[in-house]
Amino acid sequence: MSAVAGTHAQDQHHGPARGFSRWLLTTNHKDIGTMYLIFSFTMFLIGGSMAMVIRAELFQPGLQIVQPEFFNQMTTMHGLLMVFGAVMPAFVGLANWMIPLMIGAPDMALPRMNNWSFWLLPCAFLILLSTLFMSGGGPNFGWTFYAPLSTTYGPPSTTFFIFAIHIAGVSSIMGAINVIATVLNMRAPGMTLMKMPMFVWTWLITAFLLIAVMPVLAGVLTMMLMDINFGTSFFNAAGGGDPVLFQHVFWFFGHPEVYIMILPAFGAISQIIPTFARKKLFGYSSMVYAVGAIALLSFLVWAHHMFTVGVPVAGQLFFMYATLLIAVPTGVKVFNWVATMFRGSLTFETPMLFAIAFVILFSIGGFSGLMLAIAPADFQYHDTYFVVGHFHYVLVPGAIFGIFASAYYWLPKWTGRMYDETLGKTHFWLSFIGMNLAFFPMHFLGLAGMPRRIPDYALQFADFNMVSSIGAFMFGSTQLLFLFIVVKCARSGEKAPARPWEGAEGLEWEIPSPAPYHTFTTPPDVK
Amino acid sequence: MADFQTYYVPEQSKWPIVATVGLGVTLFGAATIMVASNQAESTNGGWMIFTAGVLIMIYMLFGWFGSVIKESRSGLYSPQMDRSFRWGMSWFIFSEIMFFAAFFGALFYARVFAVPWLGGEGDRGSSNMLWEGFQATWPLITNPDPEAFPAPESVIGAWGLPLVNTILLVTSSFTITVAHHGLKADNRKKTKIWLGATILLALVFLFFQAEEYVHAYQELNLTLQSGIYGTTFFMLTGFHGVHVMLGTLMLIIMLIRIHKGHFTADSHFGFEATSWYWHFVDVVWLGLFVFVYVI
Amino acid sequence: MRVHAQRAGALLGGLSFPALSLADWTVNMTPGVTGTSNDIFDLHMTIFWICVAIGVVVFGIMFWSIFAHRKSKGVKPANFHENTMVEVLWTLIPLVILIIMAIPATATLIDMYDTTESDIDIKVTGYQWKWQYEYINEDFGYFSNTTTPPDQINNRQAKGENYLLEVDNMMIVPVGKKIRFLLTANDVIHSWWVPAFGFKKDAIPGFINEAWTRVDEPGIYRGQCAELCGKNHGFMPVVVKAVPEEEYNTWVAEQKAAAEKERELTEKDWSMDELMERGEKAYASTCAACHQADGSGAPPAFPALKGSAIATGDMAAHLDVVVNGVSGTAMQAFGSQLNEADLAAIITYERNAWGNNVGDMVTPKEIFDYKSEQ
Ligand code: HEA
Ligand code: HEA
Ligand code: HEC
Ligand code: CUA
Ligand SMILES: [Cu+2]
Repeated sequence: MSAVAGTHAQDQHHGPARGFSRWLLTTNHKDIGTMYLIFSFTMFLIGGSMAMVIRAELFQPGLQIVQPEFFNQMTTMHGLLMVFGAVMPAFVGLANWMIPLMIGAPDMALPRMNNWSFWLLPCAFLILLSTLFMSGGGPNFGWTFYAPLSTTYGPPSTTFFIFAIHIAGVSSIMGAINVIATVLNMRAPGMTLMKMPMFVWTWLITAFLLIAVMPVLAGVLTMMLMDINFGTSFFNAAGGGDPVLFQHVFWFFGHPEVYIMILPAFGAISQIIPTFARKKLFGYSSMVYAVGAIALLSFLVWAHHMFTVGVPVAGQLFFMYATLLIAVPTGVKVFNWVATMFRGSLTFETPMLFAIAFVILFSIGGFSGLMLAIAPADFQYHDTYFVVGHFHYVLVPGAIFGIFASAYYWLPKWTGRMYDETLGKTHFWLSFIGMNLAFFPMHFLGLAGMPRRIPDYALQFADFNMVSSIGAFMFGSTQLLFLFIVVKCARSGEKAPARPWEGAEGLEWEIPSPAPYHTFTTPPDVK
Repeated sequence: MADFQTYYVPEQSKWPIVATVGLGVTLFGAATIMVASNQAESTNGGWMIFTAGVLIMIYMLFGWFGSVIKESRSGLYSPQMDRSFRWGMSWFIFSEIMFFAAFFGALFYARVFAVPWLGGEGDRGSSNMLWEGFQATWPLITNPDPEAFPAPESVIGAWGLPLVNTILLVTSSFTITVAHHGLKADNRKKTKIWLGATILLALVFLFFQAEEYVHAYQELNLTLQSGIYGTTFFMLTGFHGVHVMLGTLMLIIMLIRIHKGHFTADSHFGFEATSWYWHFVDVVWLGLFVFVYVI
Repeated sequence: MRVHAQRAGALLGGLSFPALSLADWTVNMTPGVTGTSNDIFDLHMTIFWICVAIGVVVFGIMFWSIFAHRKSKGVKPANFHENTMVEVLWTLIPLVILIIMAIPATATLIDMYDTTESDIDIKVTGYQWKWQYEYINEDFGYFSNTTTPPDQINNRQAKGENYLLEVDNMMIVPVGKKIRFLLTANDVIHSWWVPAFGFKKDAIPGFINEAWTRVDEPGIYRGQCAELCGKNHGFMPVVVKAVPEEEYNTWVAEQKAAAEKERELTEKDWSMDELMERGEKAYASTCAACHQADGSGAPPAFPALKGSAIATGDMAAHLDVVVNGVSGTAMQAFGSQLNEADLAAIITYERNAWGNNVGDMVTPKEIFDYKSEQ
């Protein structure tokens, strides 16, 4: 209740409060950013452990470790936890930490709401995870929860699942509103829109996407809730509804959602590559327009997830063309990154290694996305491991590597200490090898005809599944190393200077490391 | 942005965490009730959790808004802060628009695609094989499976109560604007009268809407369970109704605050936000009137 | 202990087994046996090579910078950060490539959607977890269930050659004819997929999707359900046998005769033993997926029948559940899926197996009367 007490000037010289209440009641963007990042990594470990269960079961044909019911719950929870629990919160965490520092603002625009956005997440995921222990088990219908498998045929816990995702959605919407208000209203004098760092730009557009599509997700969840509990017939042909309606509404959310998971990574990579190339980002303004174009196009392509459900042919063609178009602005981004490196003066610290791997492997994931976008070919690829291969290439070396790169890049600013470079590089190389070993063979499996979401498979898929599982175990155990690196850095790393990277530019490097609890209480000068 | 130094960053606050617990408990309770009643079990436990959650939420709303109002009145907020609130409110309303868009989308899809297909027209018209004798009409007066989803006897026409309601809401958009002008001109009496009128119109609207629901349920057999027509009808008008209720509550609070002497002629964002929200609710109704009732 | 030993054994076996027998390192799609699947294969290869080419150029330039422009070599960074010319170029070139790619894709897609002028129509209905094939012009149909024994799945028995891809009744089609599929489902969404035919199409409850194929070569083609449809989604194979036309015609004639015979079974007088014997088989293929072969079910989703109040209680209630199903649950109305003989056999079996020992039985004729009353 100290909210009203004291004037502004007094607040600024307070350090953090002590004890647990510092975290529970905080309005400080750095504390909240830290909590988001820790939460996200926790979810990554839990969701990753579920992936380990999946990979262990798929290590060889036959059922050995889990039963099919439980396998389906693992697949579903893995997808949900990774998407809503790991990747999205990680980016919100980065936004909280970095956006005020990058635009010279004293904090986020709406600090109390910021705290609420964060704490809703543990609440949502507590409910979500608790469904696993309810009678009938947790959600078992995939992270896409298609009706009627999730409505008429769902387990009783589905209602809890719906509310859990609702809460996570509220959190995302408020987080996004906060980002937009901050970026539009809190920039230091002189920081015009076209001078903003790329990371801030990508987040501004991501926030717009979030506010546009999270309510649509809430809408489809509410329709499910009504179908399950109140006898409506949105997704039931017997009453004039259509199960396919579910998919349209879901993917109207779902496709922009995948860009929500990659655009902030684009932004971070656009900060990191110039730093280690010691050269300005190539084509800043076309980068901005490209992100805008990707965001707008993302509203027009949702049915590429539904090529086999029987969309009329004209619609099919429209969605195919629109999807192909997205490759153009994405290409611009990739080319600009390469052009930034071209004739730079490169060094390869851990953030840069992750960034380079990002560019290459994300592109490979993009290429397979493009193959999926060819509608006739998707009749073969759809719902096979080829798709699983595609999206893990854009998500793991895409989103996750983007997050790792950012973490290594900004850790000195957060903790005031350097991480261990050798360990960082080890983490990178083990992740790189493990990840490719785990996910590349999935393309072969898919092309050979292995459907996704199955706990057991025909014998001709045995070899590559084993390779994939071995890679997955390798990648998974490597992530414990990351935990170790971060803890070691925070506790006993060497002291870091204000600007630990030679080529780094931007307001965040003008302040000391670690960043003081309150920064930019008077706005900086932006040239 | 010259007034940068005065940006107010509140210190620690307990309200967010109270709000989290409140929302979590409320929804957990709601889910418990629904799951229990589906399995024909006792819902008492669920109701207890739910009520506890709602009470926490009410406590939180009073507390949180209370402290915001106090801060605002003690002059902690700068014009920049005001702009943050404006952005916040505008984007919140945008998110609400998208929420309604999902339900309008469902209505269009059902009318333009699903129902005609089931009736044998268009690309997936062979679906009619599964529903022998089903005819596509809108409003849907017989459902594909009339046993599972008994259809309504008839639906509510546009030119009775709905038209009256439209007039009520459109008028209320004017009255709140007049009230706003009053506030800007520091004419409190004018504000009170016109704000009072707005609230009255809103209450009458809600009364008629309730009347219409009773009529639909009791006389027309038009219910949530009567197939896609009833489904979209009640979901769209129902969510709108909930928003009207919320808006009315906000209007009432504004009346109380004005009565207590809050706001000044040039600083009254709470009032403005409420009127934005009210306009948004009106516009949604116009969409509803056209697409749910008229067409 | 035993479990651990078994698992260790399975693990060892698994490690050596695939390498020994079906070592299969296929990395690409196969062209398949229909026109469509060949078209798709061509599209797939074209776009693949386009991507490879772009990748080689882009990553090539990048690797060159990585090797040549490193600080450790003392390189000083250049200063450019804009060039409208190249930026326009690398927007337009990909655009052109994509347009070139879209043209053949459009043609193939339109061809895939043309389901007119078919020679044979087959209605395919997905159930949890089996397929029903109805030859709608010929007036017969049947179910197609997986036949992979649970012992193989649970690693208690060596896995067969067509592990998970084998069924009791295959779909039979003639080669060289245009076959139109009418796909739908009875409960949740399934997806009917035979890779060699080059399409999969969702089977959606309440709606009918159309698709077509023309198989060029006789043979047995295997696929799987491709849309998550619940617990046994992974155990829902699709097997199609393409045969020469004469063979197909003979088969159709046989099927029609057999269908006629099945109908006669209702009239026959059945003994308890006969019913139990038939019941055990029919139960295993139709009901065991959910209620388990030993009747133990998988509560709470799938109730046990062993000792169940319904299976040991009043006959009328038992009939009602099995014939009419329980709406809104996975328990389907089997009255429309099984013939009277099978229904009678299964119900009798359930009442007397696994120690249920009610002692009574129901005959196909009684079932017939029960159904007609409704
Ligand atoms: C971060 C997440 C992310 C990203 C960025 C993308 C990016 C893309 N995705 Fe992906 N996708 C997913 C996450 C993502 N996807 C997920 C999670 C699913 C599965 C959901 C589920 O069912 O569970 C999915 C599924 C999915 C499907 C459905 C497959 C199916 O179920 O059958 C399709 C189909 O079109 C598709 C296409 C694309 C395309 C065209 C892009 C493009 O944006 C890619 C563009 C990038 C490039 C093309 C590479 C770089 C470009 C160049 C170097 C320029 C030159 C190139 C050319 C001209 C060729 N995706
Ligand atoms: C950002 C999103 C994201 C991320 C990061 C990942 C990460 C991983 N995913 Fe992901 N995955 C999805 C999103 C993601 N996935 C989605 C959306 C689906 C679709 C779901 C659906 O079909 O509905 C899916 C589905 C999916 C499948 C298909 C399941 C199926 O179809 O049945 C598989 C199978 O291999 C898989 C594997 C993995 C693996 C091995 C990792 C690894 O990268 C994980 C590595 C991390 C860890 C392992 C955690 C850290 C380590 C420890 C906690 C220590 C313990 C470690 C050991 C015991 C070794 N995933
Ligand atoms: C796809 C899954 C599935 C299949 C296949 C299936 N059942 Fe069921 N069965 C269920 C479910 C689910 C219930 C529980 C319904 C409920 O909630 O009341 C059930 C309930 C029953 C009951 C009532 C048991 C009780 O004690 O409530 C009987 C009897 C029964 N099934 C018999 C059969 C027979 C006979 C067959 C095969 C011809 C069969 N079932 C096949 C899913 C299935
Ligand atoms: Cu049927 Cu999957
Ligand atoms: Cu997509």
